[in-house]
Parts: sequence; structure tokens; C-alpha cells
Amino acid sequence: MKRLINQYPDRTLKAMLGTLPFIIIFIVYIMASNARLEENSRDKLLPSISSMTTAVDKLAMQPSKRSGEYLFWVDTSSSLTRLGLGIGISALIGLIFGIVSGAIPYVRANLSPFMTAISLIPPLAVLPILFIVFGLGELSKVVLIAIGITPFIIRDMQSKVMELPAEQIIKAQTLGASTWLIIIRVVLPQVLPRLIGALRLSLGAAWLFLIAAEAIASTDGLGYRIFLVRRYLAMDIILPYVVWITFLSFLIDYILKTLSERLFPWFHAEDK
Amino acid sequence: MAIIEAKNLWKEYGNNVVLEQVNARVEEGEFITVVGTSGCGKTTFLKMLLGIEQLTRGELLLDGKKFPDEPGEDRGIVFQKYSVFPHLTVLENTMLAAEFEQAPLLGKLFGSKKKMAESDAIEILHSVGLNHALEHYPHELSGGMQQRLAIAQALMKKPRILLLDEPFGALDPGIRADMHVLIKTLWKKSGITIFMITHDLEEGFYLGTRLWVFDKIRLDAQNANAYGACITYDIPVGKTDASTFDDIDNSLDMSRKVLLD
Repeated sequence: MKRLINQYPDRTLKAMLGTLPFIIIFIVYIMASNARLEENSRDKLLPSISSMTTAVDKLAMQPSKRSGEYLFWVDTSSSLTRLGLGIGISALIGLIFGIVSGAIPYVRANLSPFMTAISLIPPLAVLPILFIVFGLGELSKVVLIAIGITPFIIRDMQSKVMELPAEQIIKAQTLGASTWLIIIRVVLPQVLPRLIGALRLSLGAAWLFLIAAEAIASTDGLGYRIFLVRRYLAMDIILPYVVWITFLSFLIDYILKTLSERLFPWFHAEDK
Repeated sequence: MAIIEAKNLWKEYGNNVVLEQVNARVEEGEFITVVGTSGCGKTTFLKMLLGIEQLTRGELLLDGKKFPDEPGEDRGIVFQKYSVFPHLTVLENTMLAAEFEQAPLLGKLFGSKKKMAESDAIEILHSVGLNHALEHYPHELSGGMQQRLAIAQALMKKPRILLLDEPFGALDPGIRADMHVLIKTLWKKSGITIFMITHDLEEGFYLGTRLWVFDKIRLDAQNANAYGACITYDIPVGKTDASTFDDIDNSLDMSRKVLLD
């Protein structure tokens, strides 16, 4: 008998073991829900699967009686637009500032302490300021995401630039590269896959800020809907929405990961 | 005129003396192998030739003028590792020097200029035996192949001086012998000046035209860094014999023991 640490499940068993927790939680939920509904058929806390399907069907497949919109999809597209804008802007700012401050000591001396201070500001604490300055529209929500994750991305990019072997930078100089050429031909292409890594890590924080902003001031969005129907204890809407948000996060993460592997095969080969 | 000249050169970090009283003249086209115990300043000397370390006393001259204080295109380098760019293919790695020179804004060539740079690069890759792997990334190459690429990449710039920092230290003996043949052929063909650092005394004994040994003449067993190293042997290769080899080997062994104990 081999030691436990040396035993590996084969592919089918691995897949089965991986899905097992999901199945268990599903079964436990159904049992608990049934038990509660048996006692009180109007119970709202653990709605049955069928009532959740009905609720989602109403939001996703039928136009709203008030506005004629398909609320589920409107919510999804508004949230994803805000999230995409916030992450995109953060990525661009993070990439530019991270590279410049990682590569140029004078800029780093100038920016690094400031960035450390900025990154320590709790973003939600400045949310009221954003609402006052940018109004309650789209801008303040996008800015909140950007403020929340940009400092992390800048600092991460800066450290990734500084982790590039000094040998490479010296070699580029002996091949006649200027600072500019080193940045665009040596540094930039090598930190792009690392930028995708940083974005994947900040995805969770980005959702947090998005939902917080939507909960406080919005007229649509996934976070808005959850907080709106909370007043009616509409767990049959909240639970599917949470699952949907989780699925979207998973999907975005998966897309970023696949994109990185496709675009930067040399980077992922180094990992192995 | 000598291409490189060191006059009473010293290098100190605070109280630690790394190099002292280094005097040397190097003519264009020489192939100098540098050996020495680790911590004997040979890498520091190479870094000064690169321009990433500065001397603290004395003079170091390039063509009779003060040495530049940053790396430049007249001095190529091959390190033991990390010399090639992992995100570029073999061909792209080699073309880089041409692209840096001809495209200062984008760093990328297009059209006929690109074709020209490609054919130049392929010619050099051919001479190091890498023409079959043009589209490979460095991680797909063996250690020896990566070093061949690093050499090709440096030669593309046509430097006057080529600095080699233990370039074959991580390679297997058989492959190392192949690389010796390669570097010797390339040197004879191009006529550039080569400095090669190695910890392998035998390598230094037959590879170049001149052998330098960096060692400490004065040794303080209580304080290893009180005295610096200088060039203790400066002998033309070819006029060396077994007894010289043993002499050098013994003296290096001595200082290794004192320094490490």
C-alpha cells in the first residue's frame, strides 16, 4: 500500500470527486427546503427549485409589465458593462503606471510612496465622495471599481517589471535599445500575461465594489436587483442571482485564463 | 593603441577591497580567458567592462578614453542564463539588434527592411547551427542551444568586444566542447575582442590567446576582504605547460581554502 500522499485518482474518479461537493450541497438544500415547505408552504427562506425557476423565468423570459424590458438581461448587461469598463480602465492605468514606475527609478521614487498610501484608502469609504463628485450615474460606479483595484494592479505590475532578470535589460542595452525600446519590446510583452494574472486576482474585489455601488444608488444591475427584492424576502430571486453572478465570475476568469494561454504560450510553458 | 587599458585600478565597497592595483593592456582581437576563485573580483571586473559597476580608484580606458558608465552597443554580453528573451522566437531574438537600430520608434521592422534583417539573422543563426529552429521559443531549446542563440543575438550587433560570463558553466561536458569549437571559429572569423570568464582552469588553458588569473596576493585569514585581488598570472596561451597549470591550480586552491575557512 502506497502512502496516501503518493496516491492519485484517475480522470473519471477525479471528476466525480470534484462534483461531489456540489451534488451534496444541492441535495442538502432540497431536503431542507422540502422540510420547511412541508411545515409552512408560504415559507420564503428556502424556496423550492420550481419556485426559483418560475421567478427566473418571469424576469428573464417575460417582459416587465412596467417597462417592457427583460429585467434579468438588462441587469446582467448593465452590471457587465460597468464591470468591464472598471476593469478595462484599471488595466490600462495599471499597465502604464506599473511599467513606467517599475522601469524608471526616478518615476518609482516619485510614485511608489504615493501609490502605497493610495492603496491603503478603503475604497468604500470614498464612495460618498464619488457620489457627490460624479453624481449617481454610471461614472461613479465605474470609478469605484477603478479606485478599488487600480492601486493593486499598479503595484503588482511594478513588482513584475522589477522581477524581470537584470540580465535581460542589460542585454537589450548592449543590443542598442533606448529606454523606450526596452519598454515596448522587452518589458511590455513580458508583463502582459502577468497583467491578465493580476486582473484575474482582482476580479473578486471588482464584483464587491460593483455590487456595493449598485446596492446604494442604481436603477438596474445584478447588485441592485438583489438589494431591491431583499425587502420582500424574495429568496427565489436572490439565490438564482447569486448563482448567476458566481457563474459569470467563473466564466470571465476562464476566458482570461484561456486568452492568456493562447496569446502567451511561452509564458505558460515557463510555469511548468 | 590598446582597446582596453586598466591603470592601477581599485574597486572597493566600503572596507571591502575587491580589486587592487589591476594593470592590464588589451589589444584589439585578443581572446582573453579569465579564471579565479569565486569572490575574487573577476565578475566585478567584467561588470566594469559592461559599464554597470564603476571603479573607485585608478583608470579604466576604452580606446584611450574614460570607460562608459552604462552598457552600450560596442560591448556585447552573454550571461550564464537569462541572456535571451523568452517571449521571442529564435529568429525574433536574433533580429532584435537590427530592429532596435533601424526602428527607434516602434522597435519593429516591416516589408523589405524586415526581409533584410531576417536574412542577416538567418545567416548568423546558420553559423551557430540554429537555422533549423527559427520559429522555436527559447524554452523549447536545450541549455546549449539557448547559449548558441545568446551568442548569435550578440553577434548580430557586431560588437567590438564580446563579454562572456561563464557562458558554458551550466552545460554538460560534451556540449561544452562543441561550444568551445564554435566560439573559437566565430572569433577567428569576426576578429572581435573576447573576454571570457570561467571557473574551469582547463577551459582557460587552451581556448583563448591569453589567460588571466585573478587572485589575492595578500591574504588575511581573519578578514578575507581586507585585501583585493589583482591579475596574478597573465600568460599567452600556447606557451603554457603542465607545471604552470599546477602552479596556478595550487595557488587558486590555497586562496580558496583561506577564503572559505
